[in-house]
Amino acid sequence: MEEKNYDVVVLGGGAAGMTAGIYLGRSKVRTVVLDTATIGGQMVLTYEIANYPGVALTTGYQLSSIMKKQAKSFGCDIKANVKVTALDLEGEEKSITIGDKVVYKAPAIILATGGRSRMLNVPGEKEFKGRGISYCATCDGDFFQDKEIIVVGGGNSALEEAVALTKYASKVTILHEFDHFQAFEHAVEEAKANPKIDFIMSSHIIEFSGDESLRKVRYKNLETGDQFEKAIDGVFIFIGYEANTEALRNSGIELNEWNEIVASEKMETNISGVFTAGDCRAKQYRQITTAVSDGTIAALNAIAYINGK
Amino acid sequence: MIYLPLIFNLKNIDMVLPTNLKHVATEDEYNEILKNHENVMICCGRMGPMCVPVYDIMEELQEEYKHVEFRDMLFDSPHAHVIRNLPQCRGFMGLPFNVYYKNGQVVAATSSIQSQEQITDILDREFGA
Repeated sequence: MEEKNYDVVVLGGGAAGMTAGIYLGRSKVRTVVLDTATIGGQMVLTYEIANYPGVALTTGYQLSSIMKKQAKSFGCDIKANVKVTALDLEGEEKSITIGDKVVYKAPAIILATGGRSRMLNVPGEKEFKGRGISYCATCDGDFFQDKEIIVVGGGNSALEEAVALTKYASKVTILHEFDHFQAFEHAVEEAKANPKIDFIMSSHIIEFSGDESLRKVRYKNLETGDQFEKAIDGVFIFIGYEANTEALRNSGIELNEWNEIVASEKMETNISGVFTAGDCRAKQYRQITTAVSDGTIAALNAIAYINGK
Repeated sequence: MIYLPLIFNLKNIDMVLPTNLKHVATEDEYNEILKNHENVMICCGRMGPMCVPVYDIMEELQEEYKHVEFRDMLFDSPHAHVIRNLPQCRGFMGLPFNVYYKNGQVVAATSSIQSQEQITDILDREFGA
């Protein structure tokens, strides 16, 4: 096993991890950013970004590419699409093992593992992903020209995307598990005013089925328990996000009831030398701006931590 | 000042994606690649949220899977009908379309975003590790 030693290992290369990499690299702290997927995290999955201060309009891909270049230019090493096989956060020296070949060691670690779109986790969902089930209206909307679709969810994303999808679909049904929406009132009003949109409330999908493509869904009314079948061409799922913390569940890191990492304002976790940042942290708002803020604070406190040792 | 109209011949414009991968620009090139390479993976998509992570993964895998030719192709190019209309892509309703070829024949095809593990599972199964 090859051993690589750094001052700080950042686990996660989204907005929080990249920001930490920029600050650490610029401070001449030997840093590596490891990501189990693509650098950029959920930023890459965002088509258009219009509310990042100082940038008029950009794409998630462009913004993450610039952050990656910035971090690299300051000397930060970056490894994407790695497979973490072991994690040891306790003790003076922390380690993260990648595959069966390399172990990264450092006195400080920043956990910036981010979040991901929640899935319904019902039968047929994996089978029909890309064959009628989608998580990206911008990407796949045009496959549903003049077709009938369902949008699952009741938050801002679900309602805004449902309205956007009426550009293509002949009919959009919003299916939501509660009897009310979590979205802002203006988003709800816009959806209700759209003649192509109707609603199924207090219900959730329990099964997807079809042949080479999705053909129908079975859903259950949560108030009555009644089950229904509906013929459908497509389903778009926008039911929020969950933290990427599966690998941390037996690591000694304190997680809250939603499996988000609990941290102080200094981004310190319950383990000395382990910091966190971004969407994996228990907090109210999850934006690129808040991830960038977290990454900055985590990096500066990690620097203070290793300098104080 | 005189402005001259620009006349484009669409057939002569390379419609390719702005990625770091090698591209498939035309139908002729597509046929050449399949003829000259035993193992080929082509990701046909746009620069969208579901596609970019797949290009990134392919870029990462190029070094390890030297026996596989990795290419991308712009979904909206008229030449991309060679992938859009593959029988193996019938029913696909999510970008990107990821197609794997062995000796010019399609051996696997997937739709929508894929993880590195999903891609390497197919590469290892179809082309050997």
